[in-house]
Parts: sequence; structure tokens; C-alpha cells
Amino acid sequence: MSGETPSEWSGRRSEERAQPSAERVRSRARPASMSGVLAPPRGRPKKQQPPRARRRFLGLDRDGMMLAIPALIPVFAFSLYPLLRGIYLGFTDAQAGRATETTFTGLENYGDLLGDSYFWESFRIGLIWAFSVTILQFVASLGLALLLNQRIRLRWLARTLSLVPWAMPPVVIGIMWRLVYHPNAGLLNDVLMDLRIIDSNIDWLSSFSLALPAIIVVGVWTGMPQTTVVLLAGLQSVSRELNEAASMDGAGAWQRFRNVTWPAIAPVVTAITTLDFIWNFNQFGLVYVLTEGGPGGATRLPMLFAYEEAFRYGNYGYAAALGNAMVLIIAVFVAFYLRQRFKEAKN
Amino acid sequence: MERSTPAVATTLKYLALGAYLVFLAFPLFWLLSTALKTPQEIAQINPTIIPNDITFENFRAAFDEQPIARSLVNTAFVSSVSAVLTVFLSIPAAYVMARYRSVVSRAVIVWVLLSQIFPWVLVIIPLFLLLRDAGLYDSHLGLIIVYVVWSMPFALWMLRSYVASIPYELEEAAAMDGATKVRALRSVIAPLLAPGVVAAGLFAFVSAWNEFLFALVLIRDPDLQTISLTLVKFIGAEGVARLGPLAAASLVATIPSLIFFAFMQRRLTGGLLGGAVKS
Repeated sequence: MSGETPSEWSGRRSEERAQPSAERVRSRARPASMSGVLAPPRGRPKKQQPPRARRRFLGLDRDGMMLAIPALIPVFAFSLYPLLRGIYLGFTDAQAGRATETTFTGLENYGDLLGDSYFWESFRIGLIWAFSVTILQFVASLGLALLLNQRIRLRWLARTLSLVPWAMPPVVIGIMWRLVYHPNAGLLNDVLMDLRIIDSNIDWLSSFSLALPAIIVVGVWTGMPQTTVVLLAGLQSVSRELNEAASMDGAGAWQRFRNVTWPAIAPVVTAITTLDFIWNFNQFGLVYVLTEGGPGGATRLPMLFAYEEAFRYGNYGYAAALGNAMVLIIAVFVAFYLRQRFKEAKN
Repeated sequence: MERSTPAVATTLKYLALGAYLVFLAFPLFWLLSTALKTPQEIAQINPTIIPNDITFENFRAAFDEQPIARSLVNTAFVSSVSAVLTVFLSIPAAYVMARYRSVVSRAVIVWVLLSQIFPWVLVIIPLFLLLRDAGLYDSHLGLIIVYVVWSMPFALWMLRSYVASIPYELEEAAAMDGATKVRALRSVIAPLLAPGVVAAGLFAFVSAWNEFLFALVLIRDPDLQTISLTLVKFIGAEGVARLGPLAAASLVATIPSLIFFAFMQRRLTGGLLGGAVKS
């Protein structure tokens, strides 16, 4: 580097100029950015973006690069690279403690998945879990948000309580609900016995038919804060004038909700239900603590299945393939849902 | 609205509110109640809802029986180092995101969103292999690296909006005085960023403190366990008599994030969301 003469530099520069990158073209098309004082940026509402003199790489000058690099290196090394390697692993036969080389096997893992009845069972449970938790979460949170949006006594209490699940480590939430569901010393059995709804203690989390519904309730409880907060923010942006005008015209509460509130919060609803669905589908820690996927796999969500494959049986390739398949499936569901919602919004 | 009987509507409203309060509060109340009961009272055929005699015996037992104290120290160490590193690495990059119109800024925003939707079980397999090959499996350093990278997208996102709220004129003034960008960042921007730094640091701390999956995969040595792991191990050994200490230890493990949320409640409900919606 030190031996480079100015002519070499200019030579390289003209070479670069021969094939301008998209970024460079963009920066040239914006001469205003050379000096913001003389020529303010046109048609851009935000003025705070300051002008930059030279652009070198990825739209950053040397100082910018130096500042970004400390963060970029760990991100590349420990999240982008593992992510790409993880996707690749899904197409190999990687296994734990094997002396032989890992080989590329193409779609073999996916063929195995299609014929794996445990996978299908886990996938089915995952869908039941993700859909029911997301829908129940949404309904419960919308009701709570509507209540919290009104002048009502004890609102502060409900508000604080609705945030508490957010503040708890997932492991503690799991333990807490294990205590509630505990067959002998649990709150739920105690209350139900007192109310004479049941006449003997039920082992909720070990029952084939009850374990899944029981953890779904926990899932709803856990995810309510985010959903409620987002919906409440949406409700607070609903025009008060419009609501009052509608009630002057004699619209009842339901009609006002249907015609004024709902259209206004629809985009927020789309966003939060989509996120909730993804989060729920990817849930791991909570269910691991509650049941570890038991009894007999009745609550083994896809992510628990992948975890077991990878770290109990050492089938890294197969587990990664399962992860890839899940990402694809989620993407398809989400794309379909979003298309549907946008179509509705247009009409 | 005057036509519909307001009394009925109000009653229904409060009934609904009551149901919500019961649903939200009772599990918490039960955790607290179990933590404060004597073992005999927990084992009773008919469990009492409010403890008859309140005892702190379970807290003492939790610290005696299990390596709870040890894991609390481990967790505090891992979480604080992660938080400090996250913030130090994020501030400069957040500055770049806020001040440059660069591909990097957009890439990071995409990354923040992706990190929200990606199943971490998939990332953890290659990460595990990577750390194992680097000799960092079953070490606090490996866990810290993962936590830093894991909380950085969100920390960047938070800090970016803080930087953007600092007027650029301040930096121009520093540049006039001949300061380089790095100098300007250190002496002008950094002090003004203090609230943002505290928020991002606390966020990173609590994420690391509460984390479970990575610790489960990456830590094996009982002496290195974080609190989430120790609590889960604790479950395996549960008889009715040990529910009290388990509940007590769980409460202790919740304290840091409760403090965090008490601090951040307004920001989380208002500010963060406002920022997310606006930009």
C-alpha cells in the first residue's frame, strides 16, 4: 500500500469509473449532497440527514466505516454467517460426533421429513398452538385495550398487571404456571374443587387431552402485553370527532366500533397478529419449561422437535432442514395472510 | 348512547375488567403465596390461597439447597459484560445509521426485523458448532458473544433514534473547531446520549438475564450455569416440599427485569412504539 504512487491511485479510480456501482450512480445523481448549505435537499421532508462529502463504500466515508465496523464484525461473524451456515446445514447429513466428513445431500432431509410421522404430528400441534394462541391473544387483548381506552376505575391496576408478563423471564412464567397447574398443590384444582366443578384433582400438564389447551392458556397470558399495548396505541389514534359524529347520528356502540374504530386500527391489527403468529410459532422456552413437549409428544411444538433432533440425537442436518422448512412455511402463511388483509383494506 | 341503559353497560364493563384482573393477577399472586408458605402448608390437602403464617424460610432454603447464589453471580457477570459490550459496539454504528444515508442503515433495519421473525433454534445449531470449534463451548465468553450479537439489533434500533434526536448543528460546531468525526462523537454526542445508553444497556442486561435457550445449549458445567438454567434443573427435582424454594428462587430471578420495566414502562408503552410507527 505504501508504495503506491499517485498515478496508480488515479489509474484505479478511472477503472472504477468505467463500471459505476448503483451506489455511486445514486450519489452522483444527487449533487445536492455535496453541500447542504448551498443546495438544500429537494423533496425530502427530513432535513436532519446531513450532507456527506465523499462516498467510498456502501455509502460510507472512512470515518463512517471506522464507526460501523466494530458492530458489523460481530454481526457478520456470529449472526449472518451462522444463519447462512444453518441454511446450508439443512442440505447436508451433518451429525454429532461423526468422524466422516459432512456431505451435501441435497433434498434428502426434506424427503425424510415428508415421511416422518413424528414431524407431521409436531407440525400439526404447532399449527394448533400458533393459531389458537394468536387468535385468543388478539381477542383478549382487544377487549382489554378497549377497556383501558375508557375512563374506568382501577384502570391503573389493569394497565400495570397487563404489562407484568412482559417483565418476567420466560422460565419464571413457566414455573409459575406449573405451580398453578400443580395436581396437588395447585391453585386451579383448589379453586375448581371449591366451586365443585371437579371432584378430584386433575394433572393438567400430564394429561394427553388437557396439556395442549393448558399451555395455550399460558401462551395467551404471556403474549397479552405486547398485543394489548400495540392495540391500545392504535385505539388512541382513532379520531374522537369521527366517533362523536357517529354517535350523534345515532350509531350504537357496535356500529361505531365496526365503522369507525375497526377501519382505523386495521393496519395495526394486521401488524401485531402477523408478529404474534411468528413469535408463537417459534416459541420454545415457555413450553420447554412447562412440559418439555410431553406427555408423549402431545405438546411437542416444531421448535422443540428441532431442538431434540439437534441436541438430544445429534442430527444437526436434519434439525436444520426442519428449521428451513418452518421458515418457508411461516413465510407462506404470512404472505397469504398479508395479501388477504391488503385486499380487504382496498375494498 | 343515552338510549342504551348505561347501568347495564357499566356493570358488564366492570365484570369484564374483573375477569381480566383475575386472569392476569392470580398466577402472580399464587407464585408469591407459594413462596411465602411453610412446606407443611403447601403440602396440605386443601391448599390455602392466602398463607396462614408468612415465612421467608423458602428464600433461605433456596439459597442453601441449590447453587442459586452461584448462578445469580454468574448471570450478573454475563449480563453486565454483555450489556457494556453491546452498548460500546452499538453507539458508533447507531451514529452511522442516524447520520449517513447508507446501505448499512437500511441493512440493519432489515436485520432488526429479520431477527424478530427468525426461529432461533435454527441459528443456534451453526452457532453451537462455531463456538465449539473456537473452543468457546461451555464458557461464559461464548455466551457473552452470543448475547451481544443477539441484543445488538434492538440496541442499534433504540440508539439510532436517540442520535437522530440530537441536532446536527452541535456536531457542525465541533467540526468548525477542528474536531474529527470520532472526536465529535466522543465529546459532543456521547454525553447527550446518556439516557439512550442507559436504556439500551438495561435492555441488553435484561435480555441476557432472562435468556434461556442459548444458555441451555451452550453451557454444561453446573458451576457456569445462569439462573434460568438452574431454575429449570430445580424443577426436575421437585417434590411438593420443594415448591416453596422454587417459587422463592423464581421471584428473586425476576427482580432485575421488574426494576427495568418499572423504569421503562412509559417508554415501552409510548416512546418505543411511537418511534417504531414513525420511522
